[in-house]
Amino acid sequence: MIEFKNVTKKYANDITATDNISVKIKTGEFVYVVGPSGAGKSTFIKMMYREEVPTSGEIKVNKYELENIKSREVPYLRRELGIVFQDFKLLPRLTIFENIAYALQVIEKTPEEVTERVNRVLELVNLVDKKNNFPTELSGGEQQRIAIARAIANQPSILIADEPTGNLDPETAEEIMDILERINQGGTTVVMATHNSYIVNEYKHRVIEINSGRIIRDEEGGVYSNEKANV
Amino acid sequence: MKKGEYTAMKKLTFKRHLAESLKSLKRNGWMSVAAISAVTVTLLLVGVLLSILLNVNKIAHDVENDVQVRVIIDRGTNEKQIKQIKQKLTKIDGVKKIEFSSRSEELKNIIGVYGNDFRLFRGDSNPLYDVYVVDTKSPSQTITVANKAKKIKNVYDARYGGIAAKKLFKVVGTVQRWGAIISILLLFVAVFLISNTIRITILSRKDEIGIMRLVGATNNYIRWPFVLEGAWTGLFGAIIPIVLVDVGYNWAYAVLSKSLESTSYRLLVPGQFLWQIDLLLAVIGIVIGALGAGVSMSKFLKI
Ligand SMILES: Nc1ncnc2c1ncn2[C@@H]1O[C@H](COP(=O)(O)OP(=O)(O)O)[C@@H](O)[C@H]1O
Ligand SMILES: [Mg+2]
Repeated sequence: MIEFKNVTKKYANDITATDNISVKIKTGEFVYVVGPSGAGKSTFIKMMYREEVPTSGEIKVNKYELENIKSREVPYLRRELGIVFQDFKLLPRLTIFENIAYALQVIEKTPEEVTERVNRVLELVNLVDKKNNFPTELSGGEQQRIAIARAIANQPSILIADEPTGNLDPETAEEIMDILERINQGGTTVVMATHNSYIVNEYKHRVIEINSGRIIRDEEGGVYSNEKANV
Repeated sequence: MKKGEYTAMKKLTFKRHLAESLKSLKRNGWMSVAAISAVTVTLLLVGVLLSILLNVNKIAHDVENDVQVRVIIDRGTNEKQIKQIKQKLTKIDGVKKIEFSSRSEELKNIIGVYGNDFRLFRGDSNPLYDVYVVDTKSPSQTITVANKAKKIKNVYDARYGGIAAKKLFKVVGTVQRWGAIISILLLFVAVFLISNTIRITILSRKDEIGIMRLVGATNNYIRWPFVLEGAWTGLFGAIIPIVLVDVGYNWAYAVLSKSLESTSYRLLVPGQFLWQIDLLLAVIGIVIGALGAGVSMSKFLKI
């Protein structure tokens, strides 16, 4: 569950990245956040996991009221979230298995738990046979699947993805979508910022459109853009 | 998690941090060497100053507790008169113990301390005096006892240890203060150098830290390997100062103790004292190391 109430974010350079945003995302939903580059999508998403702090307004994520959260509670907020980026952010020194294991080790899961969960998520993204390879030996799509596997290894209730298909060709993007759909069907909330009109129009879900930091459309099963129907 | 499992987990985590900290100490190469050297220089100075300081304090304490008055008897005083002096001394308030030390015994003491050059004064050429060494009941009584003893017939002079020594300690006090200021400045320099080394480590592991934060590792968890690396830097930096201070102090103790033999003042005995200094240097090293790491880390982890 994510709830924004009148959330405004002004950066130090006086740019207003989000302007009085109010929105509610219920548990189990799949939500696209769309809009042109610089609209404020990433800022909107970063405030969910406390990478950015709003200038004003209230944000609630699961049981955490972010305006009251203490900095030592932030790690525990993040354990309830899985986060995926356009650029995968895998550690090149570590194997695929180690990359996912690392995320569990640093939150002090027992070795048994780590092994069990890594194997389970590798199966889910269908890359068990690559577990001893290094990230550079994988294609972009495969690397993103590993990044997703890492994000969900701790069984988060919300998966946040900022342009996860941004670096991928259309076919590979569909592979990623299939995995996200499956994760969502398992009950995990998915929030995905994207540019990819094909994906948004093909895999129909709620669409929140942001422009100049404001929500200009919030539509269940909407298309990428009402203005240009076939971009 | 069950209790046993929890402890096992903490152990595992600690092992991982330990390995990570040593690895990056090695990886930082010359930066680590520079930081360790800074600690070495600092702790060497701190060690020397501390040894001096603590001994000065010990002797100051000895002086304050000095109850001795040396009653010097005129030359040519006969045995009967010397006995009369003792009787009069016994009657003075605050006198606890009186011991006679003949001029030849006095000379023996001096030869013991300053060596055989003084042998030629033996026999009739002995320039020293017979002395009554008087102990008072409390240190504050030395002055009045000495003043009263001076008035006794055939007494040449009566001296107590306090005053000259106290003047000396004023000078030493200034030295102590400057020593303390310099040590503190050096400690800051060492902390600064360590924090710079750790910053290199932090930057080289930026991606890992980013992922740790993203998946919800606590700040403490993230901080540990860096704090440990700082602590290692401090600890390794303490090794040479510990060895040098131990060797140096044993040597200085052997030399200086001889000159103090005739007085009631004593230096701190190397055994236990050095053990404490060593421990202190190691602890200071570890603390400034961890502090340096903490400084870098807190800058980095600030949200
Ligand atoms: N850290 C930052 N400091 C200053 N301005 C920023 C920062 N991050 C983003 N911005 C600005 O805020 C606006 C929204 O950016 P962003 O949220 O990244 O948009 P989007 O993800 O939709 O492209 C842009 O004008 C961008 O330049
Ligand atoms: Mg963006």
